[in-house]
Amino acid sequence: MKKNWPILVVDDEEVMCESLAAWLREDGYTVDSAPNGQKALEFARTTDYAICFVDLKMPGGMDGIETMMEIHCIRPDASIIIITAYATVDTAIQAMKEGAQEYIVKPCNPQEISMLVSRILKLKKLQSENAILRKKLTRQYRHHDIITKNPRMGEILALTQEVASLRSTVLIRGESGTGKELVARAVHFSGSRADKPFITVSCAALTETLLESELFGYEKGAFTGASGQGAKGKFELAGGGTIFLDEIGDISPKLQADLLRVLQERRFYRVGGSEEIEVDVRIIAATNKDLAEEVKQGRFREDLFYRLNVIEIRLPPLRERREDIPLLAEHFVQRISSELGKEVNGISAEALKVLIAYDWPGNVRELENVIERAIVTCHDGSLDEQDFSWLQQGGQSQKWEVPDVSLGELERRAIVAALERKHGNVKEASTALGIDRSTLYDKLKRYEISH
Amino acid sequence: MNDLCLVPIGKVPAKALEWIENATSEWFPLPIRKMPVVPIPDGAFDAKRGQYQSVEFMKMLAQSVPPEACRVLGITDVDLAIPMLSFLFGQAQFEGQVAVVSLCRLHQEFYGLPPAEGLLRERTVKEVLHELGHTFGLVHCSDSTCAMSLATHIGLVDSKAEQYCARCGLHLVQRFSREGKV
Repeated sequence: MKKNWPILVVDDEEVMCESLAAWLREDGYTVDSAPNGQKALEFARTTDYAICFVDLKMPGGMDGIETMMEIHCIRPDASIIIITAYATVDTAIQAMKEGAQEYIVKPCNPQEISMLVSRILKLKKLQSENAILRKKLTRQYRHHDIITKNPRMGEILALTQEVASLRSTVLIRGESGTGKELVARAVHFSGSRADKPFITVSCAALTETLLESELFGYEKGAFTGASGQGAKGKFELAGGGTIFLDEIGDISPKLQADLLRVLQERRFYRVGGSEEIEVDVRIIAATNKDLAEEVKQGRFREDLFYRLNVIEIRLPPLRERREDIPLLAEHFVQRISSELGKEVNGISAEALKVLIAYDWPGNVRELENVIERAIVTCHDGSLDEQDFSWLQQGGQSQKWEVPDVSLGELERRAIVAALERKHGNVKEASTALGIDRSTLYDKLKRYEISH
Repeated sequence: MNDLCLVPIGKVPAKALEWIENATSEWFPLPIRKMPVVPIPDGAFDAKRGQYQSVEFMKMLAQSVPPEACRVLGITDVDLAIPMLSFLFGQAQFEGQVAVVSLCRLHQEFYGLPPAEGLLRERTVKEVLHELGHTFGLVHCSDSTCAMSLATHIGLVDSKAEQYCARCGLHLVQRFSREGKV
């Protein structure tokens, strides 16, 4: 493994150069040594060094700082360790300013140099793992998880590609469970911001004050319980990347005004802060509400609506793209069965007919949950009609009396019952109800249900 | 060209040479040859540091490798260093013929403690196995109890065993077998 991280030692003193190189070779590294800056650059052109030890003082020709700067031009990722016999603060500061990662005074303790090298390489390994994971993540969200042969969805995917590299705000509309966050991720990971953060905020899940500090951060002592030295908000954390504001239709008038200011000026204040913070963030918002109607009703600011609605993506409900149901069902069977470690061969044609005929009020999320439930309960390694028979019977197999109450009250009771069944676990209750968590939070607020 | 030559450099305790002879004959299937004492090389002493430059010892050994030797191990009781590092327990030519071990920092007295012959013997054997291991192509081992693990202070020397781990041991056996030494 150490052979993958070649090291270069640059020093005009041959003894110094060779003895350090020999010591590092004993540790398993591939080491080259160069007697001057010119030779070091020749080596750097052909080998991607992880670490370069460069002596600060090399008389006649390039000195250590010049050599370091030239190596950095050729190999920007190489970590430079400046070696010097003179421990002066000025040279240390200069070396660090010019880009040296470390600065050591010779002779140093063997432990010091050993720890220094292993610390730098540990960081490099983490950086390279991080890059690999980012690449994987990027590939994962480049439409691979959006499975469709529906022409309208095809147009939407083409649109996400077109807008991916712009900074324009995107508003994604669609019923719960249609995959709004997946589309937002596809926009982010297909564009130039793919290697920057993608931060999700569920606006319906938090109260106004909590959401404000969540979005904009807060300064120490901004409010009771504002801990430590304050905290960065999601806008700061998303710096250079994308912030996804889910359930945007649920934010309070005050936050609507604050958000409008960020959209207009790309600046904001932390809660309790006096310093203006500039931010480069792409905003993608999503809602299952008809925002134009909310504007008409006076519940949503018109100016904010137009700022958000620069590019609008409307996701169709699953019942309007029934041709995708078999594809999605097969995809979920493969994924979930492998996640659960249960071998399932596939879905029978009869079972698919049941799935296609069903209306899917909870959309793709509901389909996913239904498939998971069927995989968990099936016994013979394949999913057939019986595994989905309860869908044909209107959702539940037992016939039950509909109480004489309003629709709202019925919904309230269903939520309370689901929470009781799931012992107050909101995530599990939302899955059982076939709605997403943020929608459940919204309804908990609306019906004033404590959980 | 099969001998492992032991070369005392300057004044070296006789007992130490005996320990080294026993340990090397146990681990290396090579005829062990005790060579006459040679003086500390001229110009090796670095007055500024009060230490001896290990490189000069290595050069001297490399320049006088006996024709029948496959490895030459120098043993000295003076404190060794290289320009970059404040001290060395020993140095070796990686995959080469020459190595040197310093006993100076293996003595308890170096750390202001009373002498302990048993401990000195153990430390000497460990460092000899370590440096000779490098000459046979072994790099530092991640098993902290293996003689080939990197010791940057005396505590780490003490936490090693007087033997190679299974993996390093196997490497040596394969190497000797390839070279027809077993």
